[in-house]
Amino acid sequence: MTEQGNSTPLALDRADARVKHAAGIGGAVRAFLDRVRSGDLGSLPVIVGLVVIWTVFTSLNPVFVSSSNLVNLLFDCSTVGVIALGIVCVLMVGEIDLSVGSISGFASAMVGTLWVNQGWPVALAILAALAFGALIGSLYALLFNRLGMPSFVSTLAGLLAVLGMQLYILGSTGSINLPYGSALVDFGQLMVMPKWVSHTLAATPGSAMLLSGLRTVARRRAANLSTPSVAGLVLRVATITIGLELIVAYLNQSRGIPWMFGLFVGLVVAMNYALTRTKWGRSMTAVGGNREAARRAGIKVRAIYLSAFALCSLFAALGGVLAAARLASASQQAGTGDVNLNAIAAAVIGGTSLFGGRGSAYSALLGIIVIQSIASGLTLLDLSSSLRYMITGAVLAIAVIVDSLARRSRASHGRA
Amino acid sequence: MSESPEGSASVGELVLSLRGISKNFGAVSALTDIDFDVHAGEVVALVGDNGAGKSTLVKILAGVHQPSSGTINFRGRPVTLPDPRAALTLGIATVFQDLALCENLDVVANIFLGNELSPLRLDEVAMEMRAWTLLNELSARIPSVREAVASLSGGQRQTVAIARSLLLEPKLILLDEPTAALGVAQTAEVLNLIDRVRARGLGVVMISHNMEDVRAVADRIVVLRLGRNNGVFEPDASNQDLVSAITGASNNAVSRRAERLRMERDHSAQAGEQHP
Repeated sequence: MTEQGNSTPLALDRADARVKHAAGIGGAVRAFLDRVRSGDLGSLPVIVGLVVIWTVFTSLNPVFVSSSNLVNLLFDCSTVGVIALGIVCVLMVGEIDLSVGSISGFASAMVGTLWVNQGWPVALAILAALAFGALIGSLYALLFNRLGMPSFVSTLAGLLAVLGMQLYILGSTGSINLPYGSALVDFGQLMVMPKWVSHTLAATPGSAMLLSGLRTVARRRAANLSTPSVAGLVLRVATITIGLELIVAYLNQSRGIPWMFGLFVGLVVAMNYALTRTKWGRSMTAVGGNREAARRAGIKVRAIYLSAFALCSLFAALGGVLAAARLASASQQAGTGDVNLNAIAAAVIGGTSLFGGRGSAYSALLGIIVIQSIASGLTLLDLSSSLRYMITGAVLAIAVIVDSLARRSRASHGRA
Repeated sequence: MSESPEGSASVGELVLSLRGISKNFGAVSALTDIDFDVHAGEVVALVGDNGAGKSTLVKILAGVHQPSSGTINFRGRPVTLPDPRAALTLGIATVFQDLALCENLDVVANIFLGNELSPLRLDEVAMEMRAWTLLNELSARIPSVREAVASLSGGQRQTVAIARSLLLEPKLILLDEPTAALGVAQTAEVLNLIDRVRARGLGVVMISHNMEDVRAVADRIVVLRLGRNNGVFEPDASNQDLVSAITGASNNAVSRRAERLRMERDHSAQAGEQHP
């Protein structure tokens, strides 16, 4: 409440003297340190981890940070990254999908069979694969909502069943080669953005942040609410824009930014908007945090679960199509092996909690860059996949330990 | 027993009036022939032993259960409450015992959960402003609406839950054990809050086991026993009367102690008269 006699009326949300409010850039830094100390780590562990991993691999083999290797890294990130984005959706509501690898493999097999063997138009084959993915996810949601089947079990069953379907439709040949020179394979292997497009896109997030930030400041001031510091906003925007432009300029020294990676980042940004700025996203977070509270608030909990599972499988199928394009083939090995766990690990390493209600679309992006950096670095060192599995496993374990410890610390500091 | 005749406690318009409400769960009749009135600007406490039917009655009013027989009149019109949404749209808000807040969301998100402004592009500024207005109307002491609910104390969470129920401008608010599990200071805070809700002209129904809390805020105390009306009391009714209405026995620990105290008082009074 505003003090009547006070010459400068307090903002609506600044009346309580017990709360510390960060002011200016120094305040923003202090608030950030406070958050980290109480266990609200955000993306900090993954960024620190990434710096460590890149430093180690670069010192072992300088080729690692060469722009051509990094461009390849971005191509490889996009396929499993899209799958990890789906995993973020199910983890947000506190569930899991273990069958994303199988679904991606089956989707690639579907595109191969329908397009190459049956002669369907490629767009139609892709659409069919995506529809199949969404259907499988809806089936999991049905089993979960109506029969109370834990997603852990239903998707484990799905893992086997869908893998069986993949082997069945590929038949005795075992693998279908996608024609080189087709748009799909070019998209997965060759197509990069022209320099001016990549530089323009790199400037977009900063300008969007600046515009929406200034608009928020103006609206909050009009509403007599405290306003965030404009200097801090400008500093953030400048850092992000300069950082992105430098990265793009470096990658443009070799082939440039893959369009496929652009698609992946576009999906991440769209998903981030949906999760943070829409009623649907708010409902997802609420269901993941406290299902019963969400139900009593009038949220259609079953529909939320349905959307989460269906989106996850849809993204898995899309990831499978992209993987087929990347490899120019649909084989029995597609989607098997470490695809499943890499996708789940990426989401968790990126900071999405396994316990539901906490996470961000960006965790898929950050997490998959960590995973692919390890894979790429170990390949450059000419180490076998046995070592790669062990190291990736250790990194995943560390990520989950950090998540659990941060969670405990948050609980004792009174943060969710 | 100071049973008040119907309507004498009228403060304002009759908001809710139940006549002959019964509820059977199979062979068990949880409520039999309940009459119950709430006026605007009035706090009615609903007390009774475990299994007396308090929660069943509140669930009927919240639209969770449907009565087996009887009529519900809300603001003079007969209504049916087939589901919780119907109760909410009529203007009956319920604060459940276990609060139903999402700890991982901040205060604004919790207050607006399920009723967000502009679903495709959440209007955070307008929501935050409305949240502050609601909380200030309740003179609530919430340090920041942008902190997750996990960082709030029990009393502050109860405040958020009550503010949340006021969002849709209800006419009647049902509180199921609002002070259970709260400390002394927090209980006082919630009781103050109930006073302010009454001052806004809402009808309040409050379930409680704590007679002190009930006496502190209630305008009338309705006792249920074994699913039946068992008396309506003024807040200044004696503990003994209330306890015997709740338990149905006049011979219990409370009445015995009251009797003992009375006799001791009489004795000392007599002794005082004999030795001036």
